[in-house]
Amino acid sequence: MYSFEIESPVSVADAVAALGKEEAQALGGGQTLIPSLKARLAAPAVLVSLSKIDEIKGISAADGVLSIGGGATHASVAAEAGAYPALAALAANIGDPAVRNRGTIGGSLANNDPAACYPAAALASGATIVTNTREIAADDYFEGMFTTALEDGEIVTEVRFPIPEKAAYVKFEQPASRFALVGVFVAKYPDGVRVAVTGASEEGVFRWEEAEAALSGNFSASALDGLSLPAEGMMGDLHAAPDYRAHLVGVMTRRAVTAAQ
Amino acid sequence: MTKVTMTVNGKAVSKEVSGNTLMTEFLRDALHLTGTHVGCDTSQCGACVIHVDGKSVKACTMFAAEAEGAEVVTIEGMANPDGSLSVIQQAFQDHHGLQCGFCTPGMVMTAAKLLEENPSPSEHEIRDYLEGNICRCTGYHNIVKAIMAASGQDVSGIAAE
Ligand SMILES: Cc1cc2nc3c(=O)[nH]c(=O)nc-3n(C[C@H](O)[C@H](O)[C@H](O)COP(=O)(O)OP(=O)(O)OC[C@H]3O[C@@H](n4cnc5c(N)ncnc54)[C@H](O)[C@@H]3O)c2cc1C
Ligand code: FES
Ligand code: FES
Repeated sequence: MYSFEIESPVSVADAVAALGKEEAQALGGGQTLIPSLKARLAAPAVLVSLSKIDEIKGISAADGVLSIGGGATHASVAAEAGAYPALAALAANIGDPAVRNRGTIGGSLANNDPAACYPAAALASGATIVTNTREIAADDYFEGMFTTALEDGEIVTEVRFPIPEKAAYVKFEQPASRFALVGVFVAKYPDGVRVAVTGASEEGVFRWEEAEAALSGNFSASALDGLSLPAEGMMGDLHAAPDYRAHLVGVMTRRAVTAAQ
Repeated sequence: MTKVTMTVNGKAVSKEVSGNTLMTEFLRDALHLTGTHVGCDTSQCGACVIHVDGKSVKACTMFAAEAEGAEVVTIEGMANPDGSLSVIQQAFQDHHGLQCGFCTPGMVMTAAKLLEENPSPSEHEIRDYLEGNICRCTGYHNIVKAIMAASGQDVSGIAAE
């Protein structure tokens, strides 16, 4: 690792001030950032640890919306997001217990790994990503692999999830990393169904609109008969070729719809 | 350099660390507690699992500066106060839950948290919870058996394979 200083502010205001310094970067749970620092893929002068900021760790449900602080760990979401069971189950299946005790929802959404789980939940739920300066609709937030609408120094302070009538997340695990080889989050709201796919596209997380239209009319796996996605634009690697990933999207979507019943 | 103060296995410690000092380096190099092993250094293998404020974490993926004020427990803190092995450690010995022993500290630290959360886990639950702990000698069978035994379950019917 290159050398850097660590600061541990206890309020969002102090963190924002610290992030205003030259070459400063936020440190969430470090489960992604520390490995990249070791590989010298990042060279911050100052790391601003968010883990001592209690005001961004809360989880609460009110008026049909579940609000999760950007610094909440996967383990706390798994334990405390009971108002939105599909989301709690997603968090409970990220990585392993030690990763879940450190990794945070804010870090996952800021990183926007093309195989991460939370981006699918946020997009399928039409969540709002709240930062220290503004509120961003999930539809405007994800801008492709490892790219989001966040500006330099902007902190994810909260994520607001409208609670659906029915929902499920099903991931086909990449057995070595436990990330999603393909993961699909399906959420049914009074005004329609949203389907978000992670792990598949070269553009990162995306909504499968044909499936949404079919499921909004008839929320059952059979509504998806005959629907499929082209292999073009899907990621390909030694674990899965593009056509296999495209196929898995269909299978995972059907399983998610069935699991959500 | 910054000064960090924390409790490690019940003792207060205070040391100067760099921003990029990992908990594994702090424990092994500064405190000479070499029971916390470094297998992969990329948060995959779990040989470095310790408890920080009661939660299992991978010490290779946490900075020492982040443990300011924390209560840390390592494998050196797991034996009973009189020096005899804890129930989990004894079960690993009794059921041959280790071969080379490299993964064992992390296995014991993870198992301790599992049994706190779930005092009587099934074999499936144990294997699922150990997802982040890799045994290169692939001795999982006896590790699972040792953890089941430590939880007070009868393992006499489970054959050693
Ligand atoms: C073994 C292993 C298995 C894993 N399995 C999965 C899995 O199955 N599914 C999955 O989705 N993920 C998985 N992960 C990734 C894990 O969920 C990470 O915790 C997560 O991607 C990053 O969160 P973090 O809090 O650790 O962020 P960090 O690593 O600290 O930071 C990541 C990036 O986000 C920025 N950042 C952090 N917090 C904020 C914030 N609040 N606001 C703005 N920017 C911020 C940082 O500057 C950095 O650029 C796995 C990781 C490991 C090591
Ligand atoms: S050394 Fe920390 S997980 Fe392998
Ligand atoms: S006993 Fe050798 S790595 Fe597990």
